[in-house]
Amino acid sequence: MPTQLTHDLAAPLNRRRWLVATAGLILGLSGFTAARADDDTIKVGVLHSLSGTMAISETTLKDTVLFMIDEQNKKGGLLGKKLEAVVVDPASNWPLFAEKARELITKDKVSVVFGCWTSVSRKSVLPVFKELNNILFYPVQYEGEESERNVFYTGAAPNQQAIPAVDYLMKEEKVKRWVLAGTDYVYPRTTNKILEAYLKSKGVKDDDIMINYTPFGHSDWQTIVADIKKFGSAGKKTAVVSTINGDANVPFYKELGNQGVKATDIPVVAFSVGEEELAGLDTKPLLGHLAAWNYFESIKTPANEKFIKEWQAYTKNPKRTTNDPMEATYIGFNMWVKAVEKAKSVDPDKVIDALPGTKTPNLTGGIAEVLPNHHITKPVFIGEIKGNGQFDVVWKTPGLVAGDAWSKELPDSRDLIGDWVNKKCGNYNTKTNRCGGQGS
Amino acid sequence: MPAIAFKRFRALPFALLLLLTMVLPVFAGPFEDAVGKFANDDYSDTGDAVAALATSGNPLAYTIIRALQDGRLMADTDSKKVYVTQPDGKIIDAATGAPLTSIPDSAAAVRVNNKLRRGVEAALGALTLQSPDPDKRIQAAQSVFKNHEESLLPAIDAALQKEKNKDAKQAFSEARAAIVLFKDDATDAEKLDAVATVRARGDQEAVAMLTDSGADQPPAVAHAAASAIAAIQSRLAMWSWVQNAWYGLSLGSVLLLAAIGLAITFGVMGVINMAHGEMVMIGAYVTFVVQQTIRGSYPALSDYALLVAVPAAFIVAGAIGVLIERTIIRFLYGRPLETLLATWGLSLVLQQAVRSMFGPTNQEVANPSWMSGAFAIGQITITYNRLWILCFTLAVFAILLAMLRYTSLGLEMRAVTQNRRMAASMGIATSRVDALTFGLGSGIAGIAGVALSQIDNVSPNLGQSYIIDSFMVVVFGGVGNLWGTLVGAFTLGIANKFLEPVAGAVLGKIAILVLIILFIQKRPRGLFALKGRAVEA
Repeated sequence: MPTQLTHDLAAPLNRRRWLVATAGLILGLSGFTAARADDDTIKVGVLHSLSGTMAISETTLKDTVLFMIDEQNKKGGLLGKKLEAVVVDPASNWPLFAEKARELITKDKVSVVFGCWTSVSRKSVLPVFKELNNILFYPVQYEGEESERNVFYTGAAPNQQAIPAVDYLMKEEKVKRWVLAGTDYVYPRTTNKILEAYLKSKGVKDDDIMINYTPFGHSDWQTIVADIKKFGSAGKKTAVVSTINGDANVPFYKELGNQGVKATDIPVVAFSVGEEELAGLDTKPLLGHLAAWNYFESIKTPANEKFIKEWQAYTKNPKRTTNDPMEATYIGFNMWVKAVEKAKSVDPDKVIDALPGTKTPNLTGGIAEVLPNHHITKPVFIGEIKGNGQFDVVWKTPGLVAGDAWSKELPDSRDLIGDWVNKKCGNYNTKTNRCGGQGS
Repeated sequence: MPAIAFKRFRALPFALLLLLTMVLPVFAGPFEDAVGKFANDDYSDTGDAVAALATSGNPLAYTIIRALQDGRLMADTDSKKVYVTQPDGKIIDAATGAPLTSIPDSAAAVRVNNKLRRGVEAALGALTLQSPDPDKRIQAAQSVFKNHEESLLPAIDAALQKEKNKDAKQAFSEARAAIVLFKDDATDAEKLDAVATVRARGDQEAVAMLTDSGADQPPAVAHAAASAIAAIQSRLAMWSWVQNAWYGLSLGSVLLLAAIGLAITFGVMGVINMAHGEMVMIGAYVTFVVQQTIRGSYPALSDYALLVAVPAAFIVAGAIGVLIERTIIRFLYGRPLETLLATWGLSLVLQQAVRSMFGPTNQEVANPSWMSGAFAIGQITITYNRLWILCFTLAVFAILLAMLRYTSLGLEMRAVTQNRRMAASMGIATSRVDALTFGLGSGIAGIAGVALSQIDNVSPNLGQSYIIDSFMVVVFGGVGNLWGTLVGAFTLGIANKFLEPVAGAVLGKIAILVLIILFIQKRPRGLFALKGRAVEA
């Protein structure tokens, strides 16, 4: 009744009426957004941070999944149905990852989820995937010590990134002193534990290792870079192994440039800095700093050139970069498609059983294969930063390296293997011949 | 010992080069072969080419190796031709020096890796010992200090005789001392002299040099080296205190800049503005927009983009602040909890608005050339960007103080802070003062955003990183008092930076928070509390 309403607006604020009106508005709006279960499409969940400190790295992976779905739909979809993406934004908020994962599986009824970047986000969603029995493809390099039935790890395990990088520094750059700098969460902490054990097994002394952690989004690097300079002027060749994640890398590299830390004196090898993170930086002061990945955009193979061309056409941006986690997403998506075709169903149990042994080409000229521990085979490349934000490959492994879920360097995981094909166990102890050890 | 033998062997080409540059004419054949090796796109061939060029005595050698270092050496793997692009844009053929008009599209820059870069630096160092430019001679002497090539000793001695420039002479004598320390057949007296020279240099590199050389020296020399190391390190420890104090000042200046706007709004109006961080973020985005506009339309002015951005950010953020005050805050006076909630909701709305306008990813704001790099005072390094931010903060603070003291708006603001009702009775339009104060506080936050865009990522979440710190500073320093904010900010900054080397970045921050909590227990009003009978608490 218009008269009554205008009378109410003119009157002094009546709190109860305001509350009722607002509540009614919200309920009305939410009615429009109720999900409808649609049997004509196969739903694919995308669980990547589109805001917050990790958005710099994860946004492009969301776009990659959308690109792959578009390409697959052009080929006729999957099992005769079109693929539909369901995108959510967990906003670099780790508990929100679990909530959003649950929403994707129960409300949106997705058949598979491509997502997560930080290990803390992956650890948050693990219980959800186990409870609701769905599949997660995790495309990012991580610290290992995990082999879950519901997760497929298309990113590098430590033996496919961290260990070869340290080997390269020891042999080619003759590094004797080590700074292990990381963001303060599970991935850098575990990786540094593994690297410390590895370095000590190679005879490096305690005094020659400096370990340092910073919070996410840390921007004041003056003290730490000065400490690195001091540590590096003890007369022995020093290198920094960086597991710094997210946009804290930008002020870190800027400070390195400002304080004159050149790659010829103290090289920094990063495990979480790729073409995407360098896109917003002036890379001229960073010439010669390194990154270790299983893929670089600058690698010239027909498959890679085709992928880059199609990707830049899809995003309508001729300058759009590609990077390793995108290649891992590409590999994971193709593996899922092949497994679904083999199992003739999207039922998670059938697909999980069909995946081990699946082979699909990677973008650097090799064939990636899903192993019984749900990791894949990958080549390892070490690249140096060029002035234009691209990497120059300076070293690579002669062949593909099989991902090792349980690191040999740590006493707790030395005897464990993941085997979901024969032993049906993620942490099978080969010494005691029993399932059950660290982690799940 | 294999290491020393290798070093001697490696130094031979450089020694030959120096002799050749002084005496022999240019050789033709080997030089062209060496240049051709650049076109093989192989790291070890490039390394051989650099070494060969360094010994060739050809005047083009320096140009070519310098071009390689700068990424201006281009090679065509098919035709095996090598080109140099000069800094002024002219192109020459590397083998003959003949000028050319263009480079074929198939030519690509010759690649370098870290090992090659070190070789290039050493080669350039040896080539520039005789350079007419004193800075280049000093650089060459520094690189000889680092690699202490024994065969360069006669060249260094010759240079020392001729050297008139004081700094270059010092650099050469340090380089000479470095060589002597590692020389097997130098006398003890010579070595002790060398240790004294290196000790006088007194920096980290001197420590590294002395530690390196200690292995097989006669006892007297080893002892002198050890005591020199100890002396230098204790001096360096004192300098590191100064360095930490400098870092503390620069962190404090960032905190002050972010908090000062909040001090004004919180102090004058008692309004808890949770959207203050977003004002900072808006200032940073204004800087980005100004930079993009200047890059597009007036590229020559790029270095001055910041100067344009400061008033722009003040106006934009200030206007938004006045708008917020008039539409939201005005209705919520005397209700702190509602203000807190409303401004918190507003901060989320502003973040999402910026996210929708500019995208959720970070935007690149470039540092102007006068804000990049660093310089040294004694043994500490001061980066230009932090220095400028400190000066800028103090300038803003001074202007604000002057404004509060000498303008009528400032007078009215102070009156309203001390006793709102009395000020209203005296005829001051308190609601107008409130709007302008909120606008001023937000405007200053916008200016803080301009400065922060230089050292932090420009993203929609920029404000979130600074809101807690701003509140900490204001509460610690005393609400409503600008001097309290200044002292509070610098104290917190210095305390944080002295804790950081000891406890690490994460624990350092936690320790600061705990200390503030304990301090507030003792002095709830903060460091410099406003006194007065009717001050609103």
